[in-house]
Amino acid sequence: MKYLLKYLGKYKLESFFAPFFKLLEACFDLIVPIVVKSIIDVGIANGDNAYVVKSCILLVALGVVGLVCAVTAQYFAARAAVGSVTGIRHELFSHLQRLSYTETDSIGTSSMITRMTSDINQVQTGINMTLRLFLRSPIIVFGAMIMAFTINARSALTFTVLVPVLAIIVFGIILAGIPLYRKVQSKLDRVTAITRENLSGTRVIRAFNKEDDEIREFDEANKEHTSVQNFTGKITALMNPLTYVCVNLGIVALIYVAAPDIDNGSMTQGELVAMYNYMSQILVELVKLANTIFTVTKAVACGNRIQAVLDTPAGMEIKRNAEKTGADCGINCPAVEFKNVSLKYRSAGAQTLSGIDFSVKPGMTVGIIGGTGAGKTSLVNMIPRFYDATQGEVRVFGKNVNGYELKELRKLIGIVPQKAVLFKGTIRSNLKWGKEDATDEEMWKALEIAQARDFVEQKDGKLDAEVKQNGRNFSGGQRQRLCIARALVSRAPILIFDDSSSALDYATDARLRRALASLDYSPTVFIISQRTSSISHADMIIVLEDGEFVGKGSHEELLESCPVYKEIYDSQFMGATR
Amino acid sequence: MFLNKKKRKPVSKKMELPSGVTYGQTVAKVLKYLNRYRWLFFFSLLLAVAVVALTLYLPILIGDAIDLAVGKGKVDFDGILSILVEIAVIAAVTGILQWVMNVCNNKIAFGIVRKLRQDAFEKIQTLPLSYIDNHPVGDTVSRVITDVDQFSDGLIMGFSQFFTSLLTIVGTIGFMLSINPTITAVVVLVTPLSLFVAAYIAKKTFNLFKEQSEIRACQTSYIDEMIGNHKVVAAFSQEENAINTFDEINVKLEKCSLKALFYSSLTNPCTRFVNNLVYAGVAFAGALICIASGQTALTVGALSSLLNYANQYTKPFNEISGVVTELQNALACVSRLFELIDAESQIPDSEDAHELSWDEVDGKVAIDNVSFSYTKDKELIKDFNLSIEKGQRVAIVGPTGCGKTTVINLLMRFYDVDSGKITVSGYDIKNLTRASLRKSYGMVLQDTWLKTGTVRDNIAMGKPDATDDEIIAAAKQAHAHSFIRRLPEGYGTRIGEDGGQLSQGQKQLLCIARVILCLPPMLILDEATSSIDTRTEMKIQNAFATMMKGRTSFIVAHRLSTIKEADIILVMKDGKIIEKGNHEELISRQGFYCDLWNSQFQTVEDNKQE
Repeated sequence: MKYLLKYLGKYKLESFFAPFFKLLEACFDLIVPIVVKSIIDVGIANGDNAYVVKSCILLVALGVVGLVCAVTAQYFAARAAVGSVTGIRHELFSHLQRLSYTETDSIGTSSMITRMTSDINQVQTGINMTLRLFLRSPIIVFGAMIMAFTINARSALTFTVLVPVLAIIVFGIILAGIPLYRKVQSKLDRVTAITRENLSGTRVIRAFNKEDDEIREFDEANKEHTSVQNFTGKITALMNPLTYVCVNLGIVALIYVAAPDIDNGSMTQGELVAMYNYMSQILVELVKLANTIFTVTKAVACGNRIQAVLDTPAGMEIKRNAEKTGADCGINCPAVEFKNVSLKYRSAGAQTLSGIDFSVKPGMTVGIIGGTGAGKTSLVNMIPRFYDATQGEVRVFGKNVNGYELKELRKLIGIVPQKAVLFKGTIRSNLKWGKEDATDEEMWKALEIAQARDFVEQKDGKLDAEVKQNGRNFSGGQRQRLCIARALVSRAPILIFDDSSSALDYATDARLRRALASLDYSPTVFIISQRTSSISHADMIIVLEDGEFVGKGSHEELLESCPVYKEIYDSQFMGATR
Repeated sequence: MFLNKKKRKPVSKKMELPSGVTYGQTVAKVLKYLNRYRWLFFFSLLLAVAVVALTLYLPILIGDAIDLAVGKGKVDFDGILSILVEIAVIAAVTGILQWVMNVCNNKIAFGIVRKLRQDAFEKIQTLPLSYIDNHPVGDTVSRVITDVDQFSDGLIMGFSQFFTSLLTIVGTIGFMLSINPTITAVVVLVTPLSLFVAAYIAKKTFNLFKEQSEIRACQTSYIDEMIGNHKVVAAFSQEENAINTFDEINVKLEKCSLKALFYSSLTNPCTRFVNNLVYAGVAFAGALICIASGQTALTVGALSSLLNYANQYTKPFNEISGVVTELQNALACVSRLFELIDAESQIPDSEDAHELSWDEVDGKVAIDNVSFSYTKDKELIKDFNLSIEKGQRVAIVGPTGCGKTTVINLLMRFYDVDSGKITVSGYDIKNLTRASLRKSYGMVLQDTWLKTGTVRDNIAMGKPDATDDEIIAAAKQAHAHSFIRRLPEGYGTRIGEDGGQLSQGQKQLLCIARVILCLPPMLILDEATSSIDTRTEMKIQNAFATMMKGRTSFIVAHRLSTIKEADIILVMKDGKIIEKGNHEELISRQGFYCDLWNSQFQTVEDNKQE
């Protein structure tokens, strides 16, 4: 709620005027029964036609004023709701953009997207409803009670019993309903999960003839959902009948209490009608309130979920005063240096990397190889500081990575991620991600090195060819080569290829490697691969197993000294030598 | 009447649902589902009639009671007391009936929804793979979940409000007529104004809402892209740019939302204003009649009943206009579900389809003159012939996306051939039950799919009655045992949706263990080791080698070293089979395979030259 209020605070005037005009409208609504009372007690009792006409004109006038107030209130409510939600949406998106990998991992993509879309829309409806209706109803209920007291205090005592009873019923059912609705939702989530899983695993399910089991499982979840839904329905369906009965019992009590007063002349018939009208108004308002309350509580739940995300600290701490050992060591200073580095992911039980120690001179090519889950990607992810070392330090050009501004650090590094992702736009707009002001010439050069020139040239519009979302109008290999080009455009002094040739056939992969070797500047290159052929030319090869170093050296050295490396090599080339 | 009206109204407007079916057709289908609950439904209708009648009768009683307390010394206490008792009893009965009605309505609506979902899910199990491959998962899920939910909301609202609202309108007119026809005329003449106003606003806001949902969709897809690939965005320090683009859309949305929200929220105040006019009109006419007739034609009590009716009367009009929109929406949603439920199923197994037992499987597979294509306009496989002897190894190679999976789709009968036939042990697979055909293959796919459940459940998928020892033995053979043991709860560890915390390679090892455990007579390994490092792969190869001994197997791989040993190699390109033969034959042919084969050694040679 904190951020919510912060943004609503920017619309103070609106947030004030919306309920204020609602209040005015409610007041005019509350005057109506009084006017009717006077029509009965004065107009009808005295047979005064002119008085009736005047009073009815007053009723219409009240209606007009009420309409004006209501429209004004709606306008301010809409402005406050839409305006503040636009602000929250901006804040949330910016916040999500600034999250570090660790936080992104722990929140999860799909829940971030839900926060950004349906949750926020729910909040907008909630704010709007609150400003418009939520405040109106209590005003009418209490206003009606107060008005009743001004008419006849003794009879009005019935209101003081009725209102608390109604409040207990309404809030009791809501309090009982909220956890039940949550339960319904979680049962529905299960139904959703089974459906999604079934669809994505159709082939396996059919291969194992599991269709019937799946149907059974789904039926069970479906049935559970329905029964919880029915139970919840039984409770919440009590709201309207109960309030209806109570209000009518209230009317019974009112007439019962008022009758002696009328008999002894301390109360008129018109006053009784007025009080009866107030009770009816209370009923109408309660029905509206009940309908809005669920919307509002839902909105509060959504707001809290958004809040939770906003509360996760964004970004990483930058240690500006970090010591710059050898900051002036220039070219002699290692491009990348790991000093006894360990990494443990937040949710993981064991360390992903431990005791990593190496140093890379500028211009060197480093190959990283190892089994699945050996920690290869984790290792390179620490260079652009996607994750922070839990122990030890990572240095880039002599300076601890947490001493860099993230932007400044990441500018030094061109990275080709494992998953080839392109963004909606054009080839040009994608390549510009690497370098904002890249010229056509630079782009073509990068494309050529990345072995992508041929197919880009064949595209309509060439550099301006359309790229659909996620680059789905390109094949896997094409996407990967475009991603490589994107990383090359910036001519960054450090290049990281995270298993980025996996979608390329051997021939293209080999051509790419040759092109990289002939670059007109000498960047430091990290290549992660499963294929020894892709890294055997490297100046240094790091062999990882279960997050630890098991070998470091050149291809030939490792074949001699590192049994793990030899095994990998043999597995790929045994029986392949002609 | 209610049903007819519901059906007639939209059809007369010639409104069409997105899928092109009319509301009438959809309503007819919904009614079929409703049929199961017809008695409950009629019961609920009866309750509605009773509830409405009693609700409308109460103000008359209250009016009567007020009329017995005219003024000083003119109060009939006994009369009032007996009326008050009557009011209390009727109110209580109404409350109970209303609750029972609501519960009935819920039961009907939720029951229908449950059946709809069940039918949809069962349908999915029989859909041809082509449907599933061509429809995004998210789309189908949203049909089964979100659309059905929308429908259920609309249905409940329809039940609880549409009918009672209509009844209330009719009933109110009736009761008012019984009190005073003149005043009734005033009410009936003025009220349509509120409908008119509501319709006018709805028409005006429709375009705004459409625009809003377009901008929203655009924003959502941007969010999807930028949040979904946040890591790449961060790697290129594009956060600020992303925020700027997002803000542009956000501001557009703000402008449009504000208008849409404001104009649509005018409906209530405007109809309430009309309501107030009606109220004033009734007070005016009523009071004048009271005075003129000296309270004989109309008493004060009756007037207060009328005023109460006037208040109640406009409410159902507003509700009905709301419900109509809601129902249109609900029908649109459910028609999307019906599209799924009515989609054509795969051709069912014929009555006399043969149940292939493992003993019968001799490993002979023959592909006889087969032609196949996914779409009519793009021919893929034509006149393909291949005969495979018992225990032979068939490898399928080619560049990524060349259609290697097509052959597997045909073998497993995920897709049916267009012409020609495939036989297993001499049986045309079309004459076998799908279940028994698929059971005779053990399949490991590149796409490693695991079920939510424990590691044990997943390995035992093909053999649910396997003992723990068997499971562990299979896991050991697949080299999965060591990592499983390190999981928090070993074999009892629950795997989340889509494999959860496991790495791609680990998931693949589990899929392999799954097949090792049940070990059918024939094998299909589709890039089965693509995500496993070569060292583990080599170990698994040994396991595979044992498995494949004596078993006919089909292997798809792009790592050529793994397929050199194959008896038959099919080389595919652009969905077509371009070469066929064993390794030596293909190399000597100096064709596409030979090029592929050579390309993997280039670096090694480069290095040697240096």
